[in-house]
Amino acid sequence: MAQNQHAEMAPLGGSLVNAVTLTCGVLIALMAAILAVRFLFGLGAVTGLNDGYPWGIWVVVDVVIGSAFACGGFSVAMLVYIFNKGEYHPLVRPALLASLFGYTLAGAGVIFDLGRWWNVWNMFWPGSVNPNSVMFEVAICITLYIIVMWLEFAPTFLESKERQETRKKLNKVMFFLIALGTVLPMMHQSSLGTLLVVLGVQIHPLWQTPVLPLLYLLSAITMGYAVVLFESCLASSAERRRIEMHILTPLAKVMLGFLAVYLVVRIGDLLVRGAIGLAFVPSIEALMFWLEMLSFIAPLILIGAESNRRNPARLFLAGVLLMLGGALLRLNGFLIGYETNINGAGGFTYFPTLAEVLVTAGMFGIEVLGYIIITRRFPVLPRENVQASH
Amino acid sequence: MGTRRDFLKGVLAGGAAATACAVAVPASARETRPRPPEALGLLYDGTLCVGCKACVAACKTANENPPEFSTVDHLWDTPLDTSGYTFNIIKMYRNGTMDVKDQEVNGFAFMKTSCMHCGDPSCVSACPVSAMTKNPVTGVVGYNPDKCIGCRYCVAACPFGIPKYQYDSPTGRIGKCELCRHRHEEGHYSACAEVCPTGATLFGRTEDLLAEAKRRIAMKPGEMNRFPRGHLLSAQDRKAQVTVNAKGVKIRNGWQEEPDQSYETQAGKYLQHVYGEKEYGGTQVLKLSGVNFEKVGMPNLPPDAAAAMSETIQHTLYGNLIMPFAVLGAMTYVAKRNVKPDDDSSDKGGN
Repeated sequence: MAQNQHAEMAPLGGSLVNAVTLTCGVLIALMAAILAVRFLFGLGAVTGLNDGYPWGIWVVVDVVIGSAFACGGFSVAMLVYIFNKGEYHPLVRPALLASLFGYTLAGAGVIFDLGRWWNVWNMFWPGSVNPNSVMFEVAICITLYIIVMWLEFAPTFLESKERQETRKKLNKVMFFLIALGTVLPMMHQSSLGTLLVVLGVQIHPLWQTPVLPLLYLLSAITMGYAVVLFESCLASSAERRRIEMHILTPLAKVMLGFLAVYLVVRIGDLLVRGAIGLAFVPSIEALMFWLEMLSFIAPLILIGAESNRRNPARLFLAGVLLMLGGALLRLNGFLIGYETNINGAGGFTYFPTLAEVLVTAGMFGIEVLGYIIITRRFPVLPRENVQASH
Repeated sequence: MGTRRDFLKGVLAGGAAATACAVAVPASARETRPRPPEALGLLYDGTLCVGCKACVAACKTANENPPEFSTVDHLWDTPLDTSGYTFNIIKMYRNGTMDVKDQEVNGFAFMKTSCMHCGDPSCVSACPVSAMTKNPVTGVVGYNPDKCIGCRYCVAACPFGIPKYQYDSPTGRIGKCELCRHRHEEGHYSACAEVCPTGATLFGRTEDLLAEAKRRIAMKPGEMNRFPRGHLLSAQDRKAQVTVNAKGVKIRNGWQEEPDQSYETQAGKYLQHVYGEKEYGGTQVLKLSGVNFEKVGMPNLPPDAAAAMSETIQHTLYGNLIMPFAVLGAMTYVAKRNVKPDDDSSDKGGN
């Protein structure tokens, strides 16, 4: 029954020049121009950042939310290799590829936001590191994970270049890389939540809790599966391929399992801390909280029934909603629910500038372009004309 | 087959890891750190402040910071808040007719905004590269631009909104009060306290400043009392012999000797609260006010520092890397059983 574990992968082929890739090219060019201004004249020249909001969308969207969106590879690999669910194997490579891009760009994107980027080596210099810092842990784990993912994905490139010796050596240690590739994202996805703990009273009680690491980890895993649903549906329609419903339907059930655990912890924590009352005080925070919660709860209704999980449109929508919910949890914690020196006369506001948005769009452009190039030229997706069990 | 059995093994491994986590919690809980015994700091007394801003100007000079303009004529340094180039300002509280000083309704009041030099600073805990450090003896929270990567986690972490970044520069630094630590070597203390004409900003050991603050809030409003200015000498300072250094300057216990500048004036109407005594486990800069501290811009903070909670979580999960290696071990074991090299299985059709 596990033969389909290793369904044959093949390049999709086809032209690399089309409307989508050209749009990506334009977005990337705009990003490069804006970044040139940023590096020549400082962060203030292109961003809406200020001392009341030192972190904007380059941190919150590109890194915190972006890396959670890139959890597909980790979530699926954990299912296949740790929980030994071989039937999901065809999803591993495409999910890993999306994660690879998401993380590599999140890691690179951090540099744009660092005010003194030339000192970044201190992050890895034993004389400088601060193990008490949550940021340090996040940085080390993300860096290691990016390296691990490239190694995990390397066989795809080696396959096509027929460098079988290297590939065999890599395959021998693959189990360890996969274990690392499970532990490292667990570590930094939870720590991305812990980042907020030291901000203390500046974070609204709806998003400030000692269980932040657990909430961010559970939601990241859930988002990982949601992204796989989203991407599978999208890639199938874009490349005119069959939707792999026989895999996606049970995958959605696994996703709902993680979602249920998340909701129990999230709501339980709000009740235990007595913070739930603030959700009923008319405020922008309460409104955003309910939007976030609805995005998490709606998928339970949408695809709670087995028959509904066989409907690709519902799966796609549930995936999008969960991605939105996870994104809102992060956006709300880091920006909406954050206020510095609450009683001071600061009066700071932040709204991303067009330049900031264009850089984020440019990063997205690189991801999409890279995904298209690699799936069309390298064996990532299952071969269409080959039966699932051969 | 055996898929279900292996699935359960995976669940068990995860469960064991979670249990290890739960068990480790009490072992590494980190208490809020108190300020060091010889900690240095400032006492700011809003009732003595006349709002002359001599301290703001002296701070600019001592730290070689450029002026910042908020008026059309660009004649004077007129910052409206602390920034990457302004480490200390005096803010004014105004209400109604502003008739009476240190009165909440129809009154006005002053408050100094600068680094509180927390006993357990969030910025130091947050900084990934040890650019923000706390001196173990003086407790001064200092900044090292040669290590700083400009991530601005310190800016986000500080509950007082103190570390600030220079967004207008491609090589922007973090700017904050370092208690004029660069002037300490020559026996100079903080410039803001040195120039304060009324003793509203006083420099000294925080323990001594706390005793002085408690003496003040016990005073009867309007009663004549003696108030020190500049540097509040410690008992050790008083006992120390005055020596003359190579430059011919008189030094007493490391600090430049100066004549007693204390003077008599009427005691203000103090709130019975020394701000900074207990906030976040205690800060080294203390404040007195006649008007509610939140109204004059000082946040209402719990007695436990956020850094203690953050580091408790961090060290519970990652202390000595025990948890990560335990989970990695479990994952490696399970993955080793489940991962088959691609070549074998594609030829032989899996297990």
